[in-house]
Amino acid sequence: MSAPRILESATRLRAELPRGFADDVVASIYDDAERIVRHSVTSDSKRARLGMDQVLDRALTHRVWGFVVMGVLFYGVFWFTIVGAALPSDLLYTLLVDKGHSSLRGLFVDLGAAPWMTGLLIDGVYLGTVWVVAVMLPPMAIFFPLFTLLEDFGYLPRVAFNLDRVFAKSGAHGNQSLTMMMGYGCNAAGVTATRIIDSPRERLIATITNNFSICNGRWPTLILMGTIFVGTLVPAPLAGLVAAGAVVAVAVLGIVTTLLVSWVLSRTVLRGETSVYTLELPPYRRPQVWRTIYISLVDRTLKVLRRALVMAAPAGAVIWLISNVTVSGPSLAAHLVRAMDPLGMTLGLNGIILLAYLVAIPANEIIIPTILMLTMTLGPLQYGVQGGVMLDLPEAQAGTVLIQAGGWTLLTAINLMLFSMLHNPCSTTVLTIWKETGSLKWTATATFLPLALAFAVTATTASVARLAGWV
Amino acid sequence: MSVELPMPLSKAPGPSDSPPGHACGSCAVFNVANLERLGVNTASSDFVIALAGNPNTGKSTVFNALTGLRQHVGNWPGTTVVRAEGAFRHQGAAYKVVDLPGTYSLLSSSSDEHAACDFLLFGDPDVTVVVVDATRLERNLNLVLQILQITNRVVIALNLMDEAQRHGISIDTRHLSRELGVPVVPTSARKGRGIPELLEAIAQVAQGRTALKARTTARLAPVVERSVSTLAGQLSAEFPGLANSRWVALRLLEGDPSTERAVRDGSLGDVDRQHSARQRALEAAERTAS
Repeated sequence: MSAPRILESATRLRAELPRGFADDVVASIYDDAERIVRHSVTSDSKRARLGMDQVLDRALTHRVWGFVVMGVLFYGVFWFTIVGAALPSDLLYTLLVDKGHSSLRGLFVDLGAAPWMTGLLIDGVYLGTVWVVAVMLPPMAIFFPLFTLLEDFGYLPRVAFNLDRVFAKSGAHGNQSLTMMMGYGCNAAGVTATRIIDSPRERLIATITNNFSICNGRWPTLILMGTIFVGTLVPAPLAGLVAAGAVVAVAVLGIVTTLLVSWVLSRTVLRGETSVYTLELPPYRRPQVWRTIYISLVDRTLKVLRRALVMAAPAGAVIWLISNVTVSGPSLAAHLVRAMDPLGMTLGLNGIILLAYLVAIPANEIIIPTILMLTMTLGPLQYGVQGGVMLDLPEAQAGTVLIQAGGWTLLTAINLMLFSMLHNPCSTTVLTIWKETGSLKWTATATFLPLALAFAVTATTASVARLAGWV
Repeated sequence: MSVELPMPLSKAPGPSDSPPGHACGSCAVFNVANLERLGVNTASSDFVIALAGNPNTGKSTVFNALTGLRQHVGNWPGTTVVRAEGAFRHQGAAYKVVDLPGTYSLLSSSSDEHAACDFLLFGDPDVTVVVVDATRLERNLNLVLQILQITNRVVIALNLMDEAQRHGISIDTRHLSRELGVPVVPTSARKGRGIPELLEAIAQVAQGRTALKARTTARLAPVVERSVSTLAGQLSAEFPGLANSRWVALRLLEGDPSTERAVRDGSLGDVDRQHSARQRALEAAERTAS
């Protein structure tokens, strides 16, 4: 009997069956489960379901307090990250970038290595790599364990529960708040996680908007910008609080963007009904603190760091090469920066930042080191700050480099934060979107829609700031 | 569950196998010392174990305890969306473990839950370990009962027993095991409790050493029963070796689109062929081993 015949036979047999027989089959399973439980489970009602979970849930999923707690918790996490990362970052910087670089350089010169070799390996590969470590390792080593502890405790589904109402209003699936939170770790993981959404329409919305969840690679950029440019606007004791506030503000803006883009998509190209969904709130569990810290250090922090290093080493070499290979006078990098500068300036950024984003398409993690290295070599010449004098490394803390050699202002920093939150996903994420959707059209949409949005938003803030005479 | 003494194994003994007495070999403490976690090295496994269960019951924690891997574990439903694979060696036999995304029912439609269902239906695992939340047994049993309609090579890991105790819930596991016709092992995977016993139960079912009582499948109304058997017969004729033709037949009668598609494009048959390919490979591996 062939396959079509079997289907025909199924249709014929179905016609003979009573209506709703399938429901009876399911109902009989439920009856069975109920009967078995009645006979094998005894529950001591006095100790049953102690109130702690309920009390916590009443507060954490309250219409108003739920959001307040959410804000305070995430704010606290970032504040702790920023304040805690400052000292180790400085130490790593002194050790690896300042002392390490000069002694290694000295060693190479003493050994009589060719200048191009010293340049490529020490000024390129080594510097790019250790800058990634100094910038990324401390905040990640604090942020990941804290986030994982919240996750272990069972808090994330409560956030999803709170956000469900707003997501439903924007025409998106309630589970999108969970995939959004996965995106805070890694957008590629977030895109894969959209499999928990049944409806193809809502899954596409979640895929396209996942980019606005700030990933591992982008947190360090935000934290550094917040620390150097926003935190320093206020007296030192408040700096950490304000810096954390700036980071949280951008993250919240990311959520708002997610909702707005979802709303627009669900009313234009991805129209349809919002599907009903159920979310099971897991019990609160006491996190296994030491185990969590160990695992998130070994698995998440080191994994992300390794990925960053694998990307940073070749990127360092590329940067050194384009900065030192000259084409009729200036270096290749200088040509590129000059070509991109008009667009960069229109966006309130500059040519170096745009070039850095091109170099960093494989991984967002290396944005900051790339910008720093390019600014150190090209900044003074390009922007005429400090009379074209190259900075010496000992005084080249990130902030000094950007302000003195790059001519950065508060607008540059804020627009970099906005650009970082909005711009196109990294190549890994784009590949994942392609694999998950199997559609060139939607992959392109997910790539270029955020980029267009990033251009539009930064161009707007830059013109407003300039018209208002703030810069 | 009936615990028999393990039979002497013909496979090459591991490093820690000093000649055990029988009393020693049946002791869980001895057996967990015999557990060799193989991580992601899933090559040439003797048995395939599927880990199934409702969302957030601790499947990935059990998976990590068995394989020594550190698959991400999160306290929220939906942490695992793609199936993860790992392996361990226990008493000389190699087991491949597949951690499936959580699912409430085999009748659902999201793609992660579908992946879980497809693997159970067509991946034909040697043992399906259903990880069950002891604090929410009734709802979890619905999935267990559905899985038992597909296969009876099942071990129930009654997980989160520590939480159940805290909530004053006590469960008669022997009665439960009798009702379901398969071994039920209480565990608290987070604390590593019950894992040795779980390993033993898995080994017994995998090697056919536990007498599994085929549970009478959900009592169907006579007219439905007749249609199911007719259609199941036709399916078995078209796709010989299809392990659960009755379940597929029932799905077809319900008009489930994805099952209809699998019949139409012959992917039911493909799965079958893949399975026999695996069987042949396993047999070949056994021949070279002996």
